[in-house]
Amino acid sequence: MSGRLIGRERMLGYGLLVPAMLPLLGLFMLPLMFLLPVSLTGPQGGFGLTAYGKLLGDGYYLGIIWNSLKFASLTTVFALLLGYPAAFGLIYLRGRLRSLLLLTLFLPLSIGVIVKAFAWTVLLRSTGVVNKTLMALHIIDEPIRLIFTETALIVGAVNIFLPFMILPVFAVVAQIDRRLNEAAATLGAPPLLRFLRVTLPLSLPGIVAGTALVFALAVSAYVIPTLLMGERYQTLPTLIAKAFLLTREPAFGAAAGAVLLAIALTVVMLSARLGRPKS
Amino acid sequence: MTERIAIGFCILCILLASAFLLAPLAVIVATSFSPTPVFDLPPLFDPGGALSLRWYGRIGNLDGFWPALLLTLQVAALSTAISLILGTMAAIGIIRGKLPGGEIFGALLVSPLMLPGLVIGIALLQFFRMAGLTAAYPALLLAHLIITLPYVARTMLAGLTRFDFTLIEAARMLGCSFPAAIMKVMVPALAPSFFTASFFAFLASFDNYPISIFLTDARTKTLPIKMLQYIEEAPDPTLAALSSLILAATLALLLIGDRLVGLNRMAGTGD
Repeated sequence: MSGRLIGRERMLGYGLLVPAMLPLLGLFMLPLMFLLPVSLTGPQGGFGLTAYGKLLGDGYYLGIIWNSLKFASLTTVFALLLGYPAAFGLIYLRGRLRSLLLLTLFLPLSIGVIVKAFAWTVLLRSTGVVNKTLMALHIIDEPIRLIFTETALIVGAVNIFLPFMILPVFAVVAQIDRRLNEAAATLGAPPLLRFLRVTLPLSLPGIVAGTALVFALAVSAYVIPTLLMGERYQTLPTLIAKAFLLTREPAFGAAAGAVLLAIALTVVMLSARLGRPKS
Repeated sequence: MTERIAIGFCILCILLASAFLLAPLAVIVATSFSPTPVFDLPPLFDPGGALSLRWYGRIGNLDGFWPALLLTLQVAALSTAISLILGTMAAIGIIRGKLPGGEIFGALLVSPLMLPGLVIGIALLQFFRMAGLTAAYPALLLAHLIITLPYVARTMLAGLTRFDFTLIEAARMLGCSFPAAIMKVMVPALAPSFFTASFFAFLASFDNYPISIFLTDARTKTLPIKMLQYIEEAPDPTLAALSSLILAATLALLLIGDRLVGLNRMAGTGD
């Protein structure tokens, strides 16, 4: 094959890429970049770091950033703890049962976060099913407050983001060659060692993809904290929405947006670096 | 022995996860048959409590429901269709052209999925104002390209890595023209990927709240935005009935998908 032929295929490749890159540039990267000058506007107009000073110099706002990180981390950890073994559970099942369980992973995606979060408020309210069950079992004597607690928030968030953990892990684990595990067994490795040395490292790209996706989605979540925690609990997304829609402080909202964007971008880049399969 | 316990534990986890995921859906479906006008579970074990279908009849009476549904379906269908074309072309370019840095282009195309929708929405609002685009409909449609494109790019990139491009050359040698070879060889082979990509892209657009909220006006509101408004005004079981219908439609699509593609393959295992 001559060098010129490769060159032509490459040209064609770039040519095919252009139509998709145009909206990506014009409707995504460029608008996000224009947000930066807004966040750098002072109170009297002109250049100023006031918005960042307010956001990063005030204990209250730092607490909100911490809230977002904590909420996203806890959601991701619990989704991983349940989702990782669950993905393996899918692998061990076959045929109809596996299809049925996959269906239950896809189906919740069609119901909007708003309605699902509302359904959780029905389950968790003081007269809700969870409280009634606990009382019927004599675990508690009177209803306990579940809704508007951080427990309820995490339960709701894990419920909404769990499929985004299970599916990437499942996709990777399903590709693992079972013979590797059998080979390790033939060589006398006990089950735990086989898991730690063979299965876990091979499933790592799935863990990284799922973890990054769930963290990125959770840290950006707006509807879930609003509906399950109410007004007094603030995260970066609720702060951003408030600054733009309520108090009309675009510079402050844009600065909070830039911080949120930086967090999400860090996660994306980390996952791209860690998730690359080792050759 | 240890292995049996581990396998049992994993199967228990997926069963628990599945039940957990279905819990809110069960609440929604049960509520839709509620005899009382409160968004709550109907008294299933109360012999006197009759289930009611009347909330299904009221869906159409929701204020501004039909225009919102029509708009949402239109935006979702159009943006998915355009993204399907653009995303497939890009994926072919990256994989067939063996582009250096192809991974980076791939990551870029998928990245809007992982960045905060709220921030993208605000950025777009400001950008469209600067550009003088004030009409809500084109703004929504353009924004939803960014929502749907990542799903298409991700699925098509995965699907195309498994496609054997020499099949096209083989078809041409057997006398097919180039477009005919594409239509007869490539499109059928990629049909499962097309279905999966469309399914996820369409749902993402149909459900989107954080980006759309910044781009709608008083008359042009998508269904998710209307639904939050209904919940805030008066959360009665009509909303549960509407959600149950959406659920039923998705179930039908998934059953078709299982027949055509297989849910295994939709989940990305590729077999």
